[in-house]
Amino acid sequence: MYPNDFYYSKDHEWVKIDGDNATVGITDFAQKQLGDVVYVELPQPGAQLEFHQSLGVIESVKAVSDIYSPVSGEVIETNEGLNDSPELVNEDPHEKGWVVRIKVKDKAELEKLMSVSEYEKYLEGLEE
Amino acid sequence: MKKTRLYSAHKKEGAKFVEFFGWEMPIEYSGIIQEHMAVRRKAGLFDVSHMGEIVISGNQALDFVQYLTPNDAGRLDANKAQYSALTTPQGTFVDDLLVYYMDENTYLLVVNAANTDKDFRWIVDHQKGFDVDVLNQSDDYTQMALQGPKSPEILKPLTEIELEKMSSFGVERGAVAGVEALVSRTGYTGEDGFEIYTLAQNPEKIWDAILEEGNKYGIQPVGLGARDTLRLEARLMLYGNDIDDSTTVLEAGMRWLIKFKKGDFLGRESLLKQKEEGLGRKIVGFELLEKGIARPHYPVFIANEKISEVRSGSFSPFFQKSIGLAYLPLEYTEIGTEFAIDIRGKRIKAKVVPTPFYKREEKR
Repeated sequence: MYPNDFYYSKDHEWVKIDGDNATVGITDFAQKQLGDVVYVELPQPGAQLEFHQSLGVIESVKAVSDIYSPVSGEVIETNEGLNDSPELVNEDPHEKGWVVRIKVKDKAELEKLMSVSEYEKYLEGLEE
Repeated sequence: MKKTRLYSAHKKEGAKFVEFFGWEMPIEYSGIIQEHMAVRRKAGLFDVSHMGEIVISGNQALDFVQYLTPNDAGRLDANKAQYSALTTPQGTFVDDLLVYYMDENTYLLVVNAANTDKDFRWIVDHQKGFDVDVLNQSDDYTQMALQGPKSPEILKPLTEIELEKMSSFGVERGAVAGVEALVSRTGYTGEDGFEIYTLAQNPEKIWDAILEEGNKYGIQPVGLGARDTLRLEARLMLYGNDIDDSTTVLEAGMRWLIKFKKGDFLGRESLLKQKEEGLGRKIVGFELLEKGIARPHYPVFIANEKISEVRSGSFSPFFQKSIGLAYLPLEYTEIGTEFAIDIRGKRIKAKVVPTPFYKREEKR
């Protein structure tokens, strides 16, 4: 279910590292909690993000939720497909439903995030 | 937390639960949008057993109901229910409710879950001088709502009640799936449908039979999430959002339910005065003209001045846009008037639109 090579945050964002860049989205757990996603407010490319700064907002029918940047760096690309098809976040949260790509400032920050096994354990704790 | 008698049926259907005023209720099963559209196009089944049921009985039951509510309960009979309200002396809402005639000395009030205890106290506090008994039967009743265009076809084979002779707000009594029930042609979705009340210990027989019969029509169990979006599209008021003890019945656009000629009732004088002097504000429906979703309590601005707040606000699954309700000064309530809503620090344009947002095509 959760890809092995991703990093995970306690706020249920995932990070996939590719060279200096990080692709960021929300996890399957998060999309299930939110329910039907109907709108994603994306940041502007070029925006500078601090670790855990709000980078955008996901709105489902019943709730609005911040997306916190799991790394610091510069926004280089956003998933424009979400403007017309926000439901991609529900349907394919770990791939087509990605939210932003960030040029990572400090890879050492990744140590603050969880591995897949740590994240799965974290979820078990939440579901109890 | 309280559970309804249908709790294990919801578990079986894979419901997600939420705490709702002390009740553990299904918020969604397959997803709010899918459930919403099932009710608009086919049918949906809701467990609404959290609603309160208060019984007023005695020689002066009718007089007392007339005193508590602005609509004319004198027009009710065993085959007719009525939408009404509990009003304060100021003409504002203690609650909104349905009134059922059980027999000439007994009336059943169906009230909001959030208000059941408050309403019960309100009613008891006002019973002095009336020969009546007041009983809170909320925990005894199971209430289900079958809603959507396919509802009559689904219910028909399960009951001997002649559904075709029931008009809107019609009431009949009889067995449904072998369980004694009261059935009314009412609901909270803007669709045709029925609400089914039973005191039986095995209400899941009705629930299961409706889902089984409805299967071929595409029925879905529906949670509180879609109940809220459905009722908002139909501009049906939600106590606590759109109406409360600071909003009058007239400001809420419900002049039609006030029967001034029936005689005295709580709030009559205030409402009459407000009717004669004119309203300062009125509730309107709006839609957003830009991207975003207006949610309850977001500030409403006219010409850079904060005027009020969004009352109900949501994404509309049927229209695929953001809709809501707000109170505006009377001079800004014309259809087409533009104003702004503050969404996370940004002023987003909104426009007053006609309501109900959604109106079904009448077939009956």
